[in-house]
Amino acid sequence: MPESYPEHLLYHPEHDWAQIEGDVATFGITWYAQEALGEVVFVDPPEVGATTTANESYAEVESVKAVSDVFAPLSGEIVEVNTGLSDAPEKINDDPYGEGWLVKVRLSDPAERDSLLDVAAYRDLLADG
Amino acid sequence: MGFAGWEMPVQYEGIRQEHLAVRTRAGAFDVSHMGQIETRGREAERFLQRLLSNDVAAIPDGGAQYSVLCREDGGVLDDLFTYRLGDRYLTVTNASNHARDLSWFTDHAGDFDVAVRDAADDYAMLALQGPEARAILSRHIEGGAPARMRAAHTRVAGVEALVCGTGYTGEDGVELLVPSERAESVWDALTGDGATPAGLGARDTLRLEVCFPLYGNDLTEERSPLEAGLGWCCKLDTGFIGSDALRGSEPADRLAPFAFTGPGIPRPGNPVSISGERGGVVTSGTLSPCLEIGIGMAYVPGEAAVPGTSVEIDVRGKPRAAEIRERPLYRKET
Repeated sequence: MPESYPEHLLYHPEHDWAQIEGDVATFGITWYAQEALGEVVFVDPPEVGATTTANESYAEVESVKAVSDVFAPLSGEIVEVNTGLSDAPEKINDDPYGEGWLVKVRLSDPAERDSLLDVAAYRDLLADG
Repeated sequence: MGFAGWEMPVQYEGIRQEHLAVRTRAGAFDVSHMGQIETRGREAERFLQRLLSNDVAAIPDGGAQYSVLCREDGGVLDDLFTYRLGDRYLTVTNASNHARDLSWFTDHAGDFDVAVRDAADDYAMLALQGPEARAILSRHIEGGAPARMRAAHTRVAGVEALVCGTGYTGEDGVELLVPSERAESVWDALTGDGATPAGLGARDTLRLEVCFPLYGNDLTEERSPLEAGLGWCCKLDTGFIGSDALRGSEPADRLAPFAFTGPGIPRPGNPVSISGERGGVVTSGTLSPCLEIGIGMAYVPGEAAVPGTSVEIDVRGKPRAAEIRERPLYRKET
């Protein structure tokens, strides 16, 4: 897919996105992250019930060549994981903001959202490289 | 990506698709980081017989041979292809080892009537590999292409080339030594005629599927060629440096190929357990694009290096189930 950063998402500087709906947020990695990683061939998802801590790794995604940590944009408890990625990890490349989502998290500190970037700020960060 | 002083493409379009292109059609690799050492002189054969582990006297004119270069204690300094070309020999070195190999050659040359020369700057090196490699080559080569393990001086795409029936992918194909300044036109001719540009990433996954060792990962100075499963190219009665140390030695560890029986991807450095006991370390690991499972090679105790043995590999804290397999891990369906 072509490079894109949807307006309705919030971004973390480690190239993760969050979509907040009430007290639950969906996490994934951005177009930039999947492009840098190359074809994703394996996802090691966390388990439902595990916690995420903002700015800390909660999952690993792997290309043929390398392993990358995925950082949590927000803290909370994982209530759902995208099990479809076990058989089709390439969805992270094909549809990073849709079928390539990683986890849904019940937020423990919704105020953390203020530390995330809007799309304009994230694009600025990418432009500054 | 920088590698031993070279700027090398890890991938062009994606490791997996480049890998599959080589397995099913043909791929072209720029492997110009490989070094070359030329040996000439009255005692060239006797000199190389002293340095290289294989029987150099058995290389026919225009032939190629694989061997290792050993220290006195049998530790592996490099693994190499040597071509016999009339009155000279050309030995292809690994980039990271080239300077050390060259010193080793020149340091030992004093006792022989030979001339050793660094030929790395003379050549760029391309590899054309895959089931369609020879068909593509045939449209650009003057005369016939050399058979496997043979080399021929000819022209490819109008450029003077040493064409060698060797490779590092498990597929049929050739490696081409061409003058650096003309390499681009050869590359363009091959990739413009059906060869998929393939990077070092695919080169690594291709060689691992067929269990070719990689120096720096699977071969080091701390390991002997017998541990690495390269006893077949060590002709102890030729008296090469290291042969005394290897004679009669029974290696404690063996380099063994393995495949995961469940999810996960092994990586170099992952610890290996056998029956719950720490028993080795992964030296190469990846996801096999053809088998679609995690595969690798690890040094394990000799008694465990038997196909069918169950092992557990610790991938960043997660135990992953694996099984020792036979070489090669991937075999073309016939």
